[in-house]
Amino acid sequence: MPERDAAERACVFDEVALGYTEEQALAEAARCIQCKNPTCIEGCPVRIDIKRFIAHIQLREWAEGVAALKERNALPAVCGRVCPQEDQCEKTCVLARKGEPVAIGRLERYLGDYDLACDLEHRCKPVVGEPTGRRVAVVGSGPAGLACAGELRRLGHAVTVFESLHAPGGVLTYGIPEFRLPKQIVTAEVGVLEEMGVELVCDAVVGATYTIDELMGEEGYDAVFIGVGAGLPVFLGIPGENLNGVYSANEFLTRANLMRAYEFPMYDTPIWRGRKVAVVGGGNVAMDAARTALRLGAEEVFLAYRRTEEEMPARREEVHHAREEGVRFEMLCAPTEIRGSDGWVTGLVATRMELGEPDASGRRAPVCVLGSEFGIECDTVISAVGTRANPLLTSTAPDLELNGRGYVITGDDGSTSMPGVFAGGDIVTGSATVILAMGAGKTAALAMDDWLRSRDGVIARPDVR
Amino acid sequence: MFPITHKRVLSDSVFEMGVHAPKVARKVRAGQFLMLRTDSKGERIPLTFSDWDTTCGEVRFIVMRVGKTTHKLSHLEVGQELADLVGPLGRPTHVGGLGRVAVIGGGVGAAVAYPVARAMCEAGDEVTVVLGARNKDLLVLEDEFRALPLRELVVVTDDGSAGEKGLVTAPLKRLAEADAIDCSFAVGPAIMMKFCAQTAREHGVPCTVSLNPIMVDGTGMCGACRVSVSGKTIFGCVDGPDVDGWGVDWEQLMSRQRVYADLEREADSEYSKGCSCTL
Ligand SMILES: Cc1cc2nc3c(=O)[nH]c(=O)nc-3n(C[C@H](O)[C@H](O)[C@H](O)COP(=O)(O)OP(=O)(O)OC[C@H]3O[C@@H](n4cnc5c(N)ncnc54)[C@H](O)[C@@H]3O)c2cc1C
Ligand SMILES: Cc1cc2nc3c(=O)[nH]c(=O)nc-3n(C[C@H](O)[C@H](O)[C@H](O)COP(=O)(O)OP(=O)(O)OC[C@H]3O[C@@H](n4cnc5c(N)ncnc54)[C@H](O)[C@@H]3O)c2cc1C
Ligand code: SF4
Ligand code: SF4
Ligand code: FES
Repeated sequence: MPERDAAERACVFDEVALGYTEEQALAEAARCIQCKNPTCIEGCPVRIDIKRFIAHIQLREWAEGVAALKERNALPAVCGRVCPQEDQCEKTCVLARKGEPVAIGRLERYLGDYDLACDLEHRCKPVVGEPTGRRVAVVGSGPAGLACAGELRRLGHAVTVFESLHAPGGVLTYGIPEFRLPKQIVTAEVGVLEEMGVELVCDAVVGATYTIDELMGEEGYDAVFIGVGAGLPVFLGIPGENLNGVYSANEFLTRANLMRAYEFPMYDTPIWRGRKVAVVGGGNVAMDAARTALRLGAEEVFLAYRRTEEEMPARREEVHHAREEGVRFEMLCAPTEIRGSDGWVTGLVATRMELGEPDASGRRAPVCVLGSEFGIECDTVISAVGTRANPLLTSTAPDLELNGRGYVITGDDGSTSMPGVFAGGDIVTGSATVILAMGAGKTAALAMDDWLRSRDGVIARPDVR
Repeated sequence: MFPITHKRVLSDSVFEMGVHAPKVARKVRAGQFLMLRTDSKGERIPLTFSDWDTTCGEVRFIVMRVGKTTHKLSHLEVGQELADLVGPLGRPTHVGGLGRVAVIGGGVGAAVAYPVARAMCEAGDEVTVVLGARNKDLLVLEDEFRALPLRELVVVTDDGSAGEKGLVTAPLKRLAEADAIDCSFAVGPAIMMKFCAQTAREHGVPCTVSLNPIMVDGTGMCGACRVSVSGKTIFGCVDGPDVDGWGVDWEQLMSRQRVYADLEREADSEYSKGCSCTL
């Protein structure tokens, strides 16, 4: 797929991957051999009929292709860009065994973009079902909430989405940077939902402005979906963490993406532009933070990860892009202290690690090499070592059963310990992926539909499933 | 959008604003704050609720103009709108069962001290208020405080232009030495809270402070607002804003408040160039 040149793109926030041209999409689709037993589908968490959507591309039936995708995935332009395809559909494509799998994600993106390029009227929108008279509140407008809202609306329920920030999209908006997922795409997808009649209420913090009980009580909702994500940043727990110049990836990315600090002072929110930036972590979040720091003008960005590149949870493509743009990788490196003077970061003390026995996750656990401490000079440290469940909502819902780490306990269908209250996405699984969150939102929507219809048994289910 | 329903100038750089936000108004308790954005390019800033009315759905806050966002805000008039207003955020101030309490409000901190003192009075606490400002012109809400059933209102100014001359710590010390208070609550600039907490501690008087670290979301999502309290890092927006003043690492808080000082100054002077206001 064509990409912006690494040197050129490393200082701008424009999207890196440019997407296929029509010829390229047709050529790539032609590589799909339309297997009798399309193993690719098993690799997709939401079981998109990959074989069929690619067949439509082969026949230049763009709109039909979009419709095939949207049967399972409401946001193809998003997933085509951010899904870890190499571990999912593309991994199980038969051609993967012979070398190069079909670039399913890129084809998905091509169709997603095709759809978004149509005006709203001609876009592929699910048909909204007959009104059921039931009202559902969806809390959180990340991929889980958006997928749930779209599905509920399709089933004929009235849906209101409550979002605590001033803009919808969840991590798609505040976390994943513009150069990987242009915000215009998220806006357009939310626009489709609004066109379908989903009501969006931003600036509404459930747990503060409303409680779950109030939504189900005085606000008159018949069911609630909780899709609030796992947005509580974890810090490293080492000395020096509150020095100026130390950021959580959440703060750094929120300032840059949601608040557009890279356009300061045109936008009012400032961000500290470090010259030498250390990012700690090895996931997509760490890659996004490192690449954002480069674009904010850092002369040097290095990424400290305590295992090796092989164990890094980030998508291969992101690691590749980060390296191409000039991010330096310090593998088997664990920070033990952040040094500072006059309140500002001056450097990082780290220790070398080596891989020992496999741990609970099956990955070889890093153990520190005694006496291997070394110093690295830097003026900014970004902690991208994970997130936890934010208790803001859950602490105000005493009847909601949580696990030991504060995540909501659900059944396979997303039902929680509270009747009529369902949950899905990162607030159930812990930090996962966009497509899993969307899958959970959709599954919960179907279960909520059952629940809403069975409650009084009077409304027949329309034949839309 | 959130329509502005009230505006009152309190001094050269301080004004009170009321906004129609009925869903928020019905939940506010003393000591909580809101986050607002003036417009779609604006920064999210935290401000404490100074008053709220559940019947007409209005919330009020008192703002001191210090930089670009508060400057922009000062130009908005009744009938115009704020892009965003979120709340109520943070834990409410603990009131009731406190006994004899000194509430100390410094500068625009009076805006926080007022609803807190009122809630304490309503909850049956015996409240003495110490109101401090650099000078007479910066003294706000004096009449409102006088209307509360306080044990005493002590006014202090740095230059003696109103009330006693000196710092708010002097009356606090006096009250503590006379054994006239069981606990204290201080809100204002970090430096003022630091000395209040220190004075209170020297006399064994507990001192709750209302912290004002820099914030982004105000909901626990970013960690910008972290503060060390008794050796533990807390998030000011969700674990606070009220914390035990004895344990705060004040130097760190003040240092963290200055992270963007240069950038902010640049942005504000750029903005002020195109502006001929007198406020
Ligand atoms: C920087 C970054 C990069 C990532 N990159 C990838 C990637 O490349 N590929 C991939 O598949 N996954 C990626 N992920 C993970 C993926 O984004 C998440 O798994 C996914 O967004 C989870 O969706 P969600 O809907 O559960 O939660 P979120 O996306 O977190 O959305 C939750 C929403 O709920 C709102 N909310 C929270 N609390 C409340 C409340 N009390 N009241 C109202 N609203 C509330 C939040 O503001 C937010 O908008 C990345 C994550 C991050 C942080
Ligand atoms: C919980 C809380 C409650 C607050 N309540 C009030 C209130 O009721 N009335 C009021 O006038 N102000 C209040 N503040 C402070 C207010 O948020 C800041 O004055 C405002 O963000 C400044 O924005 P600005 O763009 O105008 O100034 P900036 O240009 O951002 O800043 C100007 C100066 O103010 C300092 N500053 C910036 N942000 C903050 C901050 N969040 N807290 C403290 N100092 C800061 C900076 O160090 C800088 O030197 C509160 C802050 C918090 C955290
Ligand atoms: S949603 Fe993700 S896993 Fe499924 S087909 Fe698309 S890119 Fe592959
Ligand atoms: S497994 Fe690969 S080649 Fe076969 S149908 Fe799926 S995408 Fe096409
Ligand atoms: S302001 Fe973001 S966590 Fe407190």
